Amino acid sequence: MTGFRVADGGGPVIPNFGHGTACLRNNGWFCPEWVRDHWGDILQPALVQHIELTLIAVSVGFAISFLLALVGFRWRLLDPPLGAFTDVLYTIPSIALFQLLVPLTGLTVTTIEIALVSYTFFVLYRNMVAGLRGVPAEVLESARGMGLTRLQTFFRVELPLAAPAILAGVRVAVVATISVATVAAFVIYYGLGGPIFDALQQPDIFRTELVAAGGLAILLALTADGLLALLQRAVTPWNRVR
Amino acid sequence: MLGSLFVDALQFIPDHAQLLLDKTVETAELAFTALGISLLIALPVGLWLGHRHRGLFFALGVSSIGRALPSIAIIGVLIAWLGVGFWNVTVALVVLGVPPILTNTYFAVEGVDRDVVEAARGMGLTELQILRRVELPLGLPLILAGVKIAAIFVIATATIAGIAGGGGLGEVISNQPTYGLAGVLAASLCVSALALLTNGLLALAQRAAYHRMAPTA
Repeated sequence: MTGFRVADGGGPVIPNFGHGTACLRNNGWFCPEWVRDHWGDILQPALVQHIELTLIAVSVGFAISFLLALVGFRWRLLDPPLGAFTDVLYTIPSIALFQLLVPLTGLTVTTIEIALVSYTFFVLYRNMVAGLRGVPAEVLESARGMGLTRLQTFFRVELPLAAPAILAGVRVAVVATISVATVAAFVIYYGLGGPIFDALQQPDIFRTELVAAGGLAILLALTADGLLALLQRAVTPWNRVR
Repeated sequence: MLGSLFVDALQFIPDHAQLLLDKTVETAELAFTALGISLLIALPVGLWLGHRHRGLFFALGVSSIGRALPSIAIIGVLIAWLGVGFWNVTVALVVLGVPPILTNTYFAVEGVDRDVVEAARGMGLTELQILRRVELPLGLPLILAGVKIAAIFVIATATIAGIAGGGGLGEVISNQPTYGLAGVLAASLCVSALALLTNGLLALAQRAAYHRMAPTA
């Protein structure tokens, strides 16, 4: 008994330790033969689902956060309450939020997405407002001196200068979303959390499955972070000159 | 339906006051232990690297990896050595708490005006004195901002302990069959309250740190 409790919605395949290789019978930490055998039916679909969950959550989260940030940036008075709102959303424990949404949206991907999206606001909103606020007053002054309108100043000066901070927020949001999305499988069997919880439910914890699925989540997060770091460099050519 | 759930949850709180109180204390113990250990690890490393203006790659790398590790996978792997329970979950939470404190501390100290540091050096302060009496106070608001983020991360995630025998409010949250959805909501309200209270106290500390640094108006 491991002490792990998992809601129903159980996933496929309980490994048969009896007929497996020596590695599997000994519950080794990483048995390549299991990974090879179950790449197609367990790991790859879970990975694809996980990527999809993350892309949708961060895109939708980005759009909503950007609107909120525009409001908080334009009307300073609204910034503290908006910030507090994103704080409150973030403090709701993920295991609880996934369960609480089920009566509203059912055991669906939508339920997972609503929770994931609401967690992205915390990092994205903060970084967007900080980035926009961080543009030095002299720069804005010269933009005005050059005769740029308010809208031109925003798109040609403030937004490009805020881009590094915004992208830094996107990097953290993507990595955090990939990590939190694994918890969703506690309620709904979907994404890399599926095989992770399957592995945890086995009497002695099926180590290979845990390490393979958990490792994929880590690799996915680091790859996404690396790609976004490259993008961050690309949109800030001025930083490279120094 | 959502309204009646809230009513049920608000009823659950007085009906199970003792249970919720005990579990909140357990969650607080778990979260603050993890936060304390995170501070002990991240603060000295961040201060020193920031002071030397070195190790940016290291600080950011450690933070990225820390954030990328899914908590439930860490807990699962650690069962082999720590079993299920308090310390297992504490380690998983420390992994979550270190990144924001480490990066913020690094940037807080690294960003202190170099002229100020040079002036302190010229006055004959040792490196450790510069760190303690110049860079730490000047960087404190940003450091506390990192601690605030870490506190919210750690408290909200501490409930994962519920599925791994670590006790606390997570035990209620992960046991809907026993406590019902109202219990899940009531317990998660307690988590939010704990997180927001901690966040509020840290915000007050941050404000005090700002005012101490601001030139008297």
